[in-house]
Order: sequence, then C-alpha cells, then structure tokens
Amino acid sequence: MITVENLIVRFGGVPVVKGVSFTVGQGQSFGIVGESGSGKSTVLRVLAGLIGDWQGRIQLDGAELPPRRSRSFFRRLQMVFQDPYGSLHPRQTIDRQLAEPLIVHDIGGLDTRIPRALEEVALPPSLRFRYPHQLSGGQRQRVAIARALIAGPEALLLDEPTSALDVSVQAEILNLLVDLQAARGLTYLLVSHNLAVVAHLCPRISVMQAGALVETLSVDDLRAGRILHPHTASLRELAVELEAV
Amino acid sequence: MRIEIEDLHIGFRSPNGVQPAVRGVDLAMGAEKVAIVGESGSGKSLTARAVIGLTPRGAVVRAKTLRFDGIDITTATPRTLGAIRGKRAGLIMQDPKFALNPVMTAGAQIAEPLRRHKGLSRRAAREAAIDLLAQVQIRDPAAVAERYPHELSGGMGQRVMIAMMLAGDPELLIADEPTSALDATVQAEILRLIEDLVARRGMGLILISHDLPLVAHFSDRVLVMYAGRVVERLAAGDLVRSQHPYTRGLLACMPSLNHPRTRLPVMVRDPSWASP
Repeated sequence: MITVENLIVRFGGVPVVKGVSFTVGQGQSFGIVGESGSGKSTVLRVLAGLIGDWQGRIQLDGAELPPRRSRSFFRRLQMVFQDPYGSLHPRQTIDRQLAEPLIVHDIGGLDTRIPRALEEVALPPSLRFRYPHQLSGGQRQRVAIARALIAGPEALLLDEPTSALDVSVQAEILNLLVDLQAARGLTYLLVSHNLAVVAHLCPRISVMQAGALVETLSVDDLRAGRILHPHTASLRELAVELEAV
Repeated sequence: MRIEIEDLHIGFRSPNGVQPAVRGVDLAMGAEKVAIVGESGSGKSLTARAVIGLTPRGAVVRAKTLRFDGIDITTATPRTLGAIRGKRAGLIMQDPKFALNPVMTAGAQIAEPLRRHKGLSRRAAREAAIDLLAQVQIRDPAAVAERYPHELSGGMGQRVMIAMMLAGDPELLIADEPTSALDATVQAEILRLIEDLVARRGMGLILISHDLPLVAHFSDRVLVMYAGRVVERLAAGDLVRSQHPYTRGLLACMPSLNHPRTRLPVMVRDPSWASP
C-alpha cells in the first residue's frame, strides 16, 4: 500500500535520510527502529506531508504522492504522535478535536460518530466534553488515536506512540492498536527506538542508522538472531540483556 | 551520609481537604543504590525529593522522621536546605532540554555551583568544569563546555547535567527518570555512567523510574510504590521472586523480544493495593 523508493531528505544541505526504500502491504504492520537522529521520524514526517522538501518516490496504492498533499490523502492516512499532550489542543474539548477531521472532510453525523469513536478506543462517553489536561496520559493517547481514526483512514503512521506512557498503559495502547487493526484492516507504519515494542506489533522490521536503512528483516529472524548488520545485532543484544530479570 | 525516612506523608491542599500523595513511606539508606519504581502518580518522585526538602509549593509534608545525614528536613531553614541541595545532594532530572538553562553554555552552568559552593575563581571553575565533563566521559570536553544546551544531543545534555551535579562532590545523587527521554542505547550508557560514578565516588543513589527491569540492573534494591505506598521491597536480583500482584503486573505487561505474545496482559488494579 505504501511504497517508498530511494527517499532522500536534506536539512540545510545535510543529508538526514540517505536513500531509504521500503514497502508496506495493505493491512500489514511495518516497523522502523533506530536511535535519535537516525532519520526514522523524518521518514514518517515526509510521508505525512509535514516535510515538503525531499527527493525520491513515494506511492500510495501505486499513485505517486505529490510534495503537497491533497485533502483526500489525509482521509486515507493519519499520524499519531509520541506526546499526546503536545498533539492535542489544550484549550479545545475532546468533542471539538474529534469534530475537526469530520468537518474538514465534510463528514456529517457528528453526534453519532464522536461517541462511537470514543467507544472504539474504550473511553467513557463522559470524557467527550472534557479538556486534555483533565485526562490521564493514556486517555490522551486514546483520544489522539480516536482522532486519527475518526475520518476512517486506511493507514496510521505511529511515531513512538507509547514512549511517553507508563508500562501498564503502554500495554493497553498496544493491545488497542492490535484490536483496531484486526477490526478495521488498518495498515501501520510504526517508528520507535524500543525494539521490543516494534517487534510486538510488526512482523517486518527495518533498522535505521545515520539516515540509512541498514537492514530489513522478519521479526522471527530478529528473535532467532539471524541478523546481518552489526547495528541490528547490538540493538537486539541490548534489548535482550535489559529484559532479563 | 544516611537517609532516614519514617512514616512520610505528603499531601496537597484542595477544596476537599488534603489529598494524600505519599502515605506512610519508610526508607533508611546509606551509600547504596536504591531504586524507587512506580507509575505516574505513585509518589516516587515526591518521596525522593522530600529528602532534600524539594517538594512543590502547596505540598503538606509530615513525617515521624525525615533526615538527611542527621539534619531534620522538616524543620531545616532555607539556608540549611540550600547547603544540601546542589552540594551534598544532586538531583538529575528527566529532560536536559528543560532542566538546563538555555542561554548559558554547558561549561558556565557547571562552573556556577563550583564558584558558589567552593568559592573557586572564574578560571579555576572553568577548568574544573572541563575536568567534570571529562569525568562524565565526554570526548573533547573543552569544546562541549562552549556549547549551549540546544547544540547538545539528549544523551550529551544528560551528561552535562550529571557533571553539574557532581560539581559539589555530592554524597547522594537523586536521579529522577534520568533516561526516560533517551533512546534505549543511550539510556543504558547513561545508567552505566551513573553506576560507575556512584561506585567510584562512594555516593548513595536514589534512582526513580517506571521501568522496573531496567533499573533493577543498576541498583542494589528496589522499592515498588503504588498509590503513595511502598507495596513491595526487593533485592534487585530477586525480581523474579516478587510477590505483590502489582510488581508482577509491571513485569508481565512489558512487550518482550524473547517471549512474544499476541496480547499483553493488562493490569487489573485491585483496590486493596491502595490500602495498608
């Protein structure tokens, strides 16, 4: 569904993404793991249309994506950010924020769709007229996911969606993402520095280092240690070591 | 240096009376590494910060004993507290982006406590600052000393903050989620650095985190906090033998590379965990 070919991004002449290519099939989950500065979030931001200056080819279902995205594009593809507090409007009610995508895309039925969207992410209907600061971190991230899903996209771009959350809340959000994917046939592109999180959600994983995609492998190969690149090996070794109790 | 906490209570005034946030915590420690683990709102940061009298305005602190090396924190004057903070005890915070002064160079920020607490000259403080940057394993410390916080990566910023805390030759380091804003690799590097410094300088360490398996690698013993109380105390190597369902839940809900599961167990909170 999403095809990226030889994507190059420069910031002020400095290349930060150096020819990245990958494909994500319809209804599949693809993960990119890497450290800060590896360029993984930049790839996601280019896809979302947040960075306009890039070279290479990006296709959505075989159709080339222009640098400037159309409104219909955002109906098909939505992004969820790391910090739900930063990505929700602090002075708008949850109702107003969930209404926005519906208004932008001329979708009616706000009074049926908003309660349904809250229900889908397991939030009580009473939260509808609250403000973000009245919600817990996990509830806020559920709102961010509900907002991303309310216009019925086919794919979600997930940028460290659980990194700002407590581990028990992380588990709930990961389960929610698994359930939503099963229910709606969503395509996920997940970016994280946490190898265990990426491996939990994605059967196929790419590893980025210093702007380059150094290896793409299946999660089974990763678990079994069938790894080609030393950077992948060191990330795996660290995750395994810290996991042991 | 000895920390003695007995029956510590911290609450916040609200229209409905005092809302308790920490409820009867006990902790006695010396120059050892103690991790306090819990989720947001468990009271772990408040407990650790109370040791140096650094509770937020409006907090009501009450304790049978709350002493830093014999000094009663509940009755200490601002002057006494000022002599502890930044000198005898250092606090490393979560995000260097927000904890460092954005308009001062790294070197100037480290030099400030040196001049203030040790009375060093400008020049001597600058040299000592560079030496501290070298101790936190920054390559080319002289160049980094000239940089401003926005020119530093997250890991480098955290090293600068640690160097700043070492300036007063503290006996205690409080590290409050020191690596939550960092990558997995840098996280491990910073924790190893803290562990190494603590061992070399014979300091005590209070390590606060929500990541139980991670901190267990870098501490001697672990206190698990839930809803303002310590629900379990464990030696760091005994995590697998934890008894409390909350501790077990924290361990079980982490996604694992070695043991894949389609669904993660979700914590079902028993109201009895919150009561004594």
